[in-house]
Amino acid sequence: METQKSEIRLMKGNEALAEAAIRAGLDAYFGYPITPQSEVLEYLTLEIPKRRGIVLQAESEVASINMIYGAAGAGARVMTSSSSPGMSLMQEGISYIAAAELPCLLVNVVRGGPGLGTIQPSQGDYFQATKGGGHGDYRLIVLAPSSVQEMCDFVFEGFKLAEKYRNPTLILSDGALGQMMEKVEFPEDGSLPHQIPAWATTGKKGRERNFITSLHMEPEKMEEINLHLQRKYKEIEENEVRYETFETDDAEVVLVAFGLPARICQKTVELARAKGIKAGLVRPITLFPFPKKIISDLSKKIDHFLVVELNAGQMVEDVMLAANGNCPVHFKGRMGGMLVQPEEVLEEIEKIIEHSMTLNAGQE
Amino acid sequence: MPEEMLIEQMECVYQKPHTLTDDYMHYCPGCGHAVAHKILMEVVDEMGIQEDIIGVAPVGCSVFAYNYMNIDMQEAAHGRASAVATGIKRVRPDKYVFSYQGDGDLAAIGTAETIHSINRGENILIVFINNGIYGMTGGQMAPTSLFGQKTSTSPYGRDVEHNGYPLKITELIAHLPGAYYVTRQAVHSPNTVRKFKKALKNAFEYQKLNKGTCFIEVVSNCPSGWKMTPKETLTYIEEKMLPEYPLGDIKVPAHNNN
Repeated sequence: METQKSEIRLMKGNEALAEAAIRAGLDAYFGYPITPQSEVLEYLTLEIPKRRGIVLQAESEVASINMIYGAAGAGARVMTSSSSPGMSLMQEGISYIAAAELPCLLVNVVRGGPGLGTIQPSQGDYFQATKGGGHGDYRLIVLAPSSVQEMCDFVFEGFKLAEKYRNPTLILSDGALGQMMEKVEFPEDGSLPHQIPAWATTGKKGRERNFITSLHMEPEKMEEINLHLQRKYKEIEENEVRYETFETDDAEVVLVAFGLPARICQKTVELARAKGIKAGLVRPITLFPFPKKIISDLSKKIDHFLVVELNAGQMVEDVMLAANGNCPVHFKGRMGGMLVQPEEVLEEIEKIIEHSMTLNAGQE
Repeated sequence: MPEEMLIEQMECVYQKPHTLTDDYMHYCPGCGHAVAHKILMEVVDEMGIQEDIIGVAPVGCSVFAYNYMNIDMQEAAHGRASAVATGIKRVRPDKYVFSYQGDGDLAAIGTAETIHSINRGENILIVFINNGIYGMTGGQMAPTSLFGQKTSTSPYGRDVEHNGYPLKITELIAHLPGAYYVTRQAVHSPNTVRKFKKALKNAFEYQKLNKGTCFIEVVSNCPSGWKMTPKETLTYIEEKMLPEYPLGDIKVPAHNNN
C-alpha cells in the first residue's frame, strides 16, 4: 500500500491527473479509450479497485458523458476524460449537464484535427471548449494547465469550481502535456471534502422529490433559466479569472499563449530580452472566464500583441476583442500536431518590429 | 346527507397510488403510458420503496414522466436513459433504479446504450414501451413499426426492403448473459395489466439480488399516431401487434441456472 500523504513523484501528465483525481475524492470515473489520453482510464482501472471509488469503461464517449450526468445528478463527485474526437461525441451530453447545472470535471487531452486528425498535441479545440461546444447558450469553466504539476493541481481546482458554481469544469490539456513526464507534488489524499448536495437524486427520504431536467416548455420559464445561467457565468467572470504575467512591466511586445506554448514563449521572452527587445508574456490560465482586463490594460501601453497558439488562430479572437483596436494583434500558429519553437516565435517578433519600423519610416 | 359523509360510509376498494402526483397528464386519451405510469407507481406504493427509488425519464412521449411520479427522477438525453441509470446505480447501489423508455429512444438512437447496459448486467429495471411509432414528434416510423404500417415517414407503408424489419430488441437482449429477467407484457386489458404489475414486482424483487438487468417490454398503443379511436387501438394490438410481439416471459431466472 503506497503512502497517500503529500509526496513528490515523476509522472506522465495523464497519470498525474488520474492520481490527483483519486486524491481529490473522486467517487466515479466513466470513460472510453482514445489516444493520447488512455493512460487516465488505465491508471484509474488499476488504482481505484485498490483504493476508493468507481471506475467504468463505457461503450462510447456518448455513454460516458451520460453516465457522468446520472452519477453527478445522484450527487457523486465525477470525472471523465477524452481527446478531441471523443469530446465532439460528448457535446450533446455536456450541454445537458450545463443546462441541468450538474458539477463535474471534464478533461480534453487535445490532439490535432479536424476529423480523425493526428494523435499529436494541438490547441484546435479552444473554440469548442470556451464558446460552448454543444447546442444552446452555456459555458464551461476552462482551465489550461502548462505543466504536469498543473495537471494535478487543476483537478482539485476544477472540482472546487464545478461544485461552487454547479457547472462543469473542463481541463484543456494537450497531447504533449498528457504524455510528457515531470516532477509532480501531490496534495494529501482526502484533502478536498465532499458532501452529497441537497438537490441530488438519492431517493426522496424525508424531503420533497428532487428531479433533474433541462426541459422547460414554457418560453417564459426557459428564458428565466437562461438568464439565471447567464448571471452565473457573469459571476464566474467577475470572480474566477486567473492568469500569469512574465516581464510585462516595461514590455513593448507582449506574447499571449496558454498551455504548453506559454512555456515555450517564456523562453522566447528570455531570448528576445537577451537581444535587447522588450518582450513580455501573458498566460491565460482560465480560458473561460478569459482574462480580458489585463489584455485591455496592456493594449493601452504596449506596441504589439503576438498571440501564439497550436491552431489556426482561435484565442487570438478573444485577445482582439479585449484589445479593442488599441494596438495591433498578430498571430503565430502551428497546426496538425506540430509544436512551436522559441526561435520561430522570436523571428516573428523581429518581423513585426521590422515591419512597423518600415511603416513608421514611410510615414515620416 | 353531505357528500363527505356519504364518502366516509363507503368502503375504499381502489384508489390512485399515493406515489402518482396530482398533475394533469399530458397523454392523449386512451394512451397506454397513463396506465403503465399508474401501475408502476402502484407497485412502488405496495412495496413501500418510494424513498428508495430513482427513475430516469426518456425523450419521447414520456419525457414528462417525472411530473407524474412522486419520486426522485432524472430526465435523460434521447436514447441515453440506460447510461444515465448506469451512472446513478453505480454510485447509489443501495437504491432501486429504473429507466422508462419508448421504442425510438431505446431501440433506435439508444440501441448501443441499451445493449451495453444489459450486457454489463447493470442492476436496473428497464421499462420499454413499444407502440411502434414516434408519438411525441407526430407519428413517424419507429424501429418497431410493423410490416406495411403507414406512418408520417412511411406514408406508403413500411417496406422492409427499404426500411428494414421491425426490430425485436427484446428477443435480442434476452440472449445477453447480463439480462436476468426479460418479459413482454401489455396494458390494454384488465388481464394484461394484472400480469404487467406482477412482472414489475418480480423485477424490483430481483433487483435486490444484484444479478443483472430486468427488462419489461410493454406492447402499447398510440391512438393519435395510429389515427384510431382508443377502442380501435385495442383491436389493433390484439390483431396486429401481438402476432409480431407475442406476450410472455422470454427469460426468467429459473433458466439462468444460478
